Amino acid sequence: MISDFVKSVQQGKIDPVHHIRSALEEVKNINQQFHYCTTIPEQSALAESKEAKTGRLAGVAVSVKDCICVKDIESTAGSAILKGYHPVMDATAVQRLKDEGAIIIAKTAQDEFGFGSFAVNVGIGMEIPKNPVDPERACGGSSGGSAGLTRKVSFPHVSLAESTGGSIVCPASFCGVYGLCPTYGVVSRYGLMDYANSLDKIGPMATSVDDLKLVMDIIGHMDPRDSTCTGPQHAKVIQKPRIGLLKSSFAQGVDPKVQSAVREFVEKLKRSGFSVSEVELPLTEKYGISCYYLISMCEASTNLAKFCGMRYGAHEPLDGNFNEYFSKVRSKYFNEESKRRIIIGTFARMAGYRDAYYLKAMRVRTKIIEEYKKIFTSVDILLSPTMPILPPRFADIGNLSPLQQYMMDIMTVGPNLAGLPHLNIPAGSVEGLPVGMLLIADHYQEQTLLACAKVLE
Amino acid sequence: MEINEELVRKVASLARLNLTDEEVKKFTPQLKDILNAFSHLDRVNTDNTDPSFQPIPIRNNTRHDEPHASLSQEIALKNAHHTKDGYIKGPRAV
Repeated sequence: MISDFVKSVQQGKIDPVHHIRSALEEVKNINQQFHYCTTIPEQSALAESKEAKTGRLAGVAVSVKDCICVKDIESTAGSAILKGYHPVMDATAVQRLKDEGAIIIAKTAQDEFGFGSFAVNVGIGMEIPKNPVDPERACGGSSGGSAGLTRKVSFPHVSLAESTGGSIVCPASFCGVYGLCPTYGVVSRYGLMDYANSLDKIGPMATSVDDLKLVMDIIGHMDPRDSTCTGPQHAKVIQKPRIGLLKSSFAQGVDPKVQSAVREFVEKLKRSGFSVSEVELPLTEKYGISCYYLISMCEASTNLAKFCGMRYGAHEPLDGNFNEYFSKVRSKYFNEESKRRIIIGTFARMAGYRDAYYLKAMRVRTKIIEEYKKIFTSVDILLSPTMPILPPRFADIGNLSPLQQYMMDIMTVGPNLAGLPHLNIPAGSVEGLPVGMLLIADHYQEQTLLACAKVLE
Repeated sequence: MEINEELVRKVASLARLNLTDEEVKKFTPQLKDILNAFSHLDRVNTDNTDPSFQPIPIRNNTRHDEPHASLSQEIALKNAHHTKDGYIKGPRAV
């Protein structure tokens, strides 16, 4: 546990310089086979370790998803179009971790800009991260590198990940670690490279509930630099939350082995005295995927307009007019999935289609939020498997169409659309492969989720 | 609306993307599939429903209108490859 390690550092029993040096060696070794890191900033990590003697994360090795800016460390959001970009500031969440003595040891691999559920849509020239328990399988996405590294390293470590439609809990599930996606706005998005502004959330991954809680307590605060940041709001912790099982997630379309692994944990909850009932979210289940993908692609297509080869990242010789130059850079350095999403998002915002697609999706989102709010009057936590399948083989992912891949987010898009906090709990394994259980709570109920996860730990 | 290769090329050009013939051939049926699937949102009655531009209610959060230090010109240009006389140099306008 991190707090024990930190105590030893503060008492001088562990030398952070020595510790970080060996941590870096281990990460480099792991990375050769598993490709979890886009950058391993050895020099800055060693320099920072010399100063790390105080704070709640004194000397703790932290990895950061590549789309979250770390000052002077190459940060590319997993895309070739940002190769060479060295942010001139830290994201607020990174700054807060550093202020507590954390050492940034890696930027982690992801689907380019977060566009994927398996971390296979990496940027041009980048490596696909592999599942820590079976390198022929995916580690999930888009925060795949964060989840894989969290599972694989032997030293105390947490990762800062990010979710737009499930990118924290999906890889946490496939890699068998804890991942918490907080309520929209609790953690500042300052310094996060946007995928979809109304959906993006930064959150932690760790190997224990206490470590998740520690990081959340450090990063979840108001920030004047993000006008959508609300801070934690200090909702009352529900001591014995009523659990609602999402009926449709224990039905056809969800791997029966995944279902039974999660059901074992449900029995454990019942034995611990939790009331468990079955609930349904018909609108979210039916329309969540379409609603989520339309909103996220519309927002992504505007966000990605800024990458044009002028101010940072990839560039080409300055010839042709600006349209020709921008098109040349964008066509060369965006990967296929980015192009696909930019085109769909641009189409759905075009004159004549904006109302039918973009605004319609925004209205359906209102109804989805209402559906969740209503269900939270009768239960406090919603429970389902996190992913409908076991970690898939790379060969099988290749056979899925883009639409079939989007359908894999069926459990995770709902809470992301509604901005609800949600948590992946490792729920054992099937045939050696990790299974994850998803808990969702009402806005600002992170602490209730963490308390419930603690009971199951 | 018919999603065809011509439309895909038009939208790509609006988004400043040059697609190869191969990409157009690959994307057109995929986009058709995806947008057809998304179109079922039509069936949800949203007559009296406002759009949620954010998942939680957020008021206009504005900062105090007070001057404070910003990035220096040198730091602001650190990541730009094409620069001239302390400015970013861009492609020609026409």
